[in-house]
Amino acid sequence: MSEVAITRTEWLQVCKRSDLVANSGVCALVGDQQIALFFLPEQEPQLYAIDNWDPIANAGVIGRGLVAEIDGELTVASPLYKQHYRLTDGQCLEESDIKLASFPVAFDGDYVLIKIDQ
Amino acid sequence: MAEIMVKQKIVVIGNGMVGHHFLEQLANRPERELFDVLVFCAEPRPAYDRVHLSEYFGGRTAEDLAMGKVEQYRNWGYDLRLNDSAVRVDRENKIVTSASGASEAYDHLVLATGSYPFVPPIPGHEHDKCFVYRTIEDLDKIQAAAEDGKVGVVVGGGLLGLEAANALKQLGLEAHVVEFAPGLMSVQLDEGGSKLLREKIEALGVTVHTSTATELIKEMDDGRLRMRFRGDKSLDTDLIVFSAGIRPEDSLAKSAGIELGERGGIVVDNHCRTSDKHIFAIGECALFNNFIFGLVAPGYTMARTAVSLLCGEAAEFNGADMSTKLKLLGVEVGSIGDAHGRAEGSAAITFVDEQTGVYKRMITDSAGKKLRGAVLVGDTGDYDTLLQYHLNDMDLPEHPEQLILPALDGAAPALGADALPDTATICSCHNVSKGDIVGAVQGGCCSVDEVKDCTKAATGCGGCSALLKNVVDTELAALGVEVNNDLCPHFPYTRQEIFHMVQVEQIKTFDELLHKHGSGKGCEICKPTAASIFASLWNEHIHKKPHVGLQDTNDTFMANMQKNGTYSVVPRIAGGEITPEKLIVLGQVAKKYDLYTKITGGQRIDLFGARLEELPEIWRELTDAGFETGHAYGKSLRTVKSCVGSTWCRFGVQDSVGMALAVENRYKGLRSPHKIKMAVSGCTRECAEAQSKDIGVIATENGWNLYVCGNGGMRPRHADLFATDLDDVTLIKYIDRVLMFYVRTADKLQRTSVWLENLEGGLDYLREVVIEDKLGICEELERQMGNVVGTYQCEWKTAINDPEMLKRFRQFVNTDEKDEKIVFVEERKQRRPATQEEIVKIAEPA
Ligand SMILES: Cc1cc2nc3c(=O)[nH]c(=O)nc-3n(C[C@H](O)[C@H](O)[C@H](O)COP(=O)(O)OP(=O)(O)OC[C@H]3O[C@@H](n4cnc5c(N)ncnc54)[C@H](O)[C@@H]3O)c2cc1C
Ligand code: SF4
Ligand code: SF4
Repeated sequence: MSEVAITRTEWLQVCKRSDLVANSGVCALVGDQQIALFFLPEQEPQLYAIDNWDPIANAGVIGRGLVAEIDGELTVASPLYKQHYRLTDGQCLEESDIKLASFPVAFDGDYVLIKIDQ
Repeated sequence: MAEIMVKQKIVVIGNGMVGHHFLEQLANRPERELFDVLVFCAEPRPAYDRVHLSEYFGGRTAEDLAMGKVEQYRNWGYDLRLNDSAVRVDRENKIVTSASGASEAYDHLVLATGSYPFVPPIPGHEHDKCFVYRTIEDLDKIQAAAEDGKVGVVVGGGLLGLEAANALKQLGLEAHVVEFAPGLMSVQLDEGGSKLLREKIEALGVTVHTSTATELIKEMDDGRLRMRFRGDKSLDTDLIVFSAGIRPEDSLAKSAGIELGERGGIVVDNHCRTSDKHIFAIGECALFNNFIFGLVAPGYTMARTAVSLLCGEAAEFNGADMSTKLKLLGVEVGSIGDAHGRAEGSAAITFVDEQTGVYKRMITDSAGKKLRGAVLVGDTGDYDTLLQYHLNDMDLPEHPEQLILPALDGAAPALGADALPDTATICSCHNVSKGDIVGAVQGGCCSVDEVKDCTKAATGCGGCSALLKNVVDTELAALGVEVNNDLCPHFPYTRQEIFHMVQVEQIKTFDELLHKHGSGKGCEICKPTAASIFASLWNEHIHKKPHVGLQDTNDTFMANMQKNGTYSVVPRIAGGEITPEKLIVLGQVAKKYDLYTKITGGQRIDLFGARLEELPEIWRELTDAGFETGHAYGKSLRTVKSCVGSTWCRFGVQDSVGMALAVENRYKGLRSPHKIKMAVSGCTRECAEAQSKDIGVIATENGWNLYVCGNGGMRPRHADLFATDLDDVTLIKYIDRVLMFYVRTADKLQRTSVWLENLEGGLDYLREVVIEDKLGICEELERQMGNVVGTYQCEWKTAINDPEMLKRFRQFVNTDEKDEKIVFVEERKQRRPATQEEIVKIAEPA
């Protein structure tokens, strides 16, 4: 018997605005994808979503990193070995061949929406 | 046929400071391989730091003072014969015989026999309460005799005599100095300087008798001694220490027929060779140009000269400068060159401030162009500059008096490093010139620390540190290297400057700080630094809204993240003391949450493997049982380790656990530039290893000795003895001040050890600030500490009662699922994180 896999990409409600922590990160789970969500109220855009998995430390910890500006770019510093990942696209600043997945993310009233393949 | 190398044999007689330096220098050379080396050492232990001998009474042990260790000599491949004196040298057959009967042939012989204290032949001087001051054994005997005495007399008012008088005072005796000459330290000081020194020393409670000749020492019926002076005066005492000069130890050379000076001393040429060319003499036994050099630095130069010559290199010893700077009973004294102005055509400039007790005198040539000598008493701040003028024969400025007059606008006209010639010796202990330092900087050293490592400058007595920094900074600037102490790209200030701004302007949030003094959006360096400063000053909960985004992950979740993203939990166990009930609770919690359990080096229990979402539950159970957070995650006070002390231990002299509890409960929660560890030992056996801590406390018969700025870890450093025999209240007061001063002035992530090493003026300066309140800030430091102590809260207890804070402890904001990617395996009956290979195996079973 054969099965056809269907890929849909559409906006998905992940959590409420009040679940976020201003100027810091939290983590959400969609399917088995862990997503680190950062909410920076003073910045434009205010929301960022990248993969929560730290491929250097092999642990799901990116959402617990500290937000740091490096040469004008907003990044998160991994809590384990301190590499910086760009919030907009997940690029690792120290290792050019490492890039985390990043996801479109937006507010919809009180909710946070995210676009992800599943 | 293979070539067989025949090694030459060097025999060294005497293992004092200079003998040791010889052996150390040789060990570091490739030519070391060419020699077999044997050392006769009359003392029961290898060389130790005689220069700092008096610190033996201040709490340093024989081990602390050791320079050569038996093990090290073994590693160097030297044959060290402890407790065995050489008694005969047969020059014809080149054989040395020792007291134990050993008979050793040599190709080269090195005499490093040092000197012995001269005891004037006063009738009665052989009494068993009469001592000298040269070896550790001498000090042991003096200490024993002082135990049930009240009065102690030093015969001799020179440099060593005054040091001995200080020691007697430290031992709790009423101290007297008896000097034959009309003034103290008459070799180094002129009349004016000597007079002021006397006043200062008498003000400290030491009685000085000058122009006093002792004629008889008599034992009285009660066992005490009576000293009878010429002119019918007398003085009763419990013990006498002779410090009336030194004599070269030349008896062995004499019996071997080697040429001696008229008044003793082994005559050497500028190669340090004696009248027998196979025999060198170095250090205090050697007489060069009819002069004995009674200081270590010239001895070291002789040692290096001999090593170079043995290795086939050219080298010469051409005498040495005898200038000295030291602190006697807390009084600063300096003497340079011809202090008495004895040379023909000398002129003098004198400055006296009777109010503060400062005496400075410069001796110049008649034209006032060259500096021939100087005397400084009460303030040696100008010593370095004056010494450089003297040593390098530099032209004095137009108004030479400026060099010793207090500068009206505050800043003394210090000699710029630019002005010094390349040949100027900066560090005389290790013979490092300005040229060597400039070379090191040009070769790539970018900081004072790197230059220290590379040239050894300022690693001896440390007297040249300020000058070294000056030379290094000047050279770096000349190379166009910016000396950048900025915290990070967002704040062009040092941590200390930021601390000051936050304090003065009462800044309470990062946004305000960034807005007023920074730029950009902040990073993982400035954010936690600011958070730490806010906590030190205002002590608000680290999870209060404006501080949330500033913390490192460990501070954020108040636990230590481990390699797989789980946390370890460390409750506070103050002083390492814990009741069985609480121990059982820890066991139960660990069992319930399946936490890997391990005892830490700081006498606590670390529970590993807690998931983020489990932390609040775990802490609810722990706080219910009375536990508080251990701050293992923060840059803050970690633990105060202690031994059981006088409560249980038969050697204990104070209640070390009680003190450890008091200290830990006082400083828990203090946020600082780096983690702080402390320990309290109940006696000098030091079972709590207090000397490896930032703050170490060791009990004495009379109170507590305080050690500061040690650490273990990557670059271990022994703590320095800061103050002795403190009572409980003073001890806490000093710790308050030291810690707050550190919190205020340290750089980001700077441990106390590095902070102290970089503090200009070092330990002495720290004492001036903390004990003498030189900056007038002690009251404020104590108040600040009082504030931190008064506003303490257990961060976990507050957090588990605040739903807003608890929100953060959710693994996922949108579901209660667990993180399936965290995988454990069992090892030795406990859980541990699975390795990557194990995870792959578990995922795809074969
Ligand atoms: C209390 C005190 C404070 C001092 N302060 C200062 C200071 O601030 N600055 C400064 O520059 N200098 C100071 N000095 C002087 C300094 O300690 C000496 O200059 C230095 O120790 C000389 O080293 P040395 O190796 O020549 O002699 P020593 O250190 O005396 O060593 C000689 C060794 O040889 C041994 N020996 C002798 N004969 C024999 C033998 N036949 N066989 C085997 N072994 C033998 C002796 O037992 C001794 O151990 C101070 C000295 C004292 C005592
Ligand atoms: S330091 Fe002293 S009091 Fe403490 S355990 Fe050791 S021997 Fe006993
Ligand atoms: S010594 Fe190294 S491995 Fe051990 S705890 Fe410290 S950092 Fe980790």
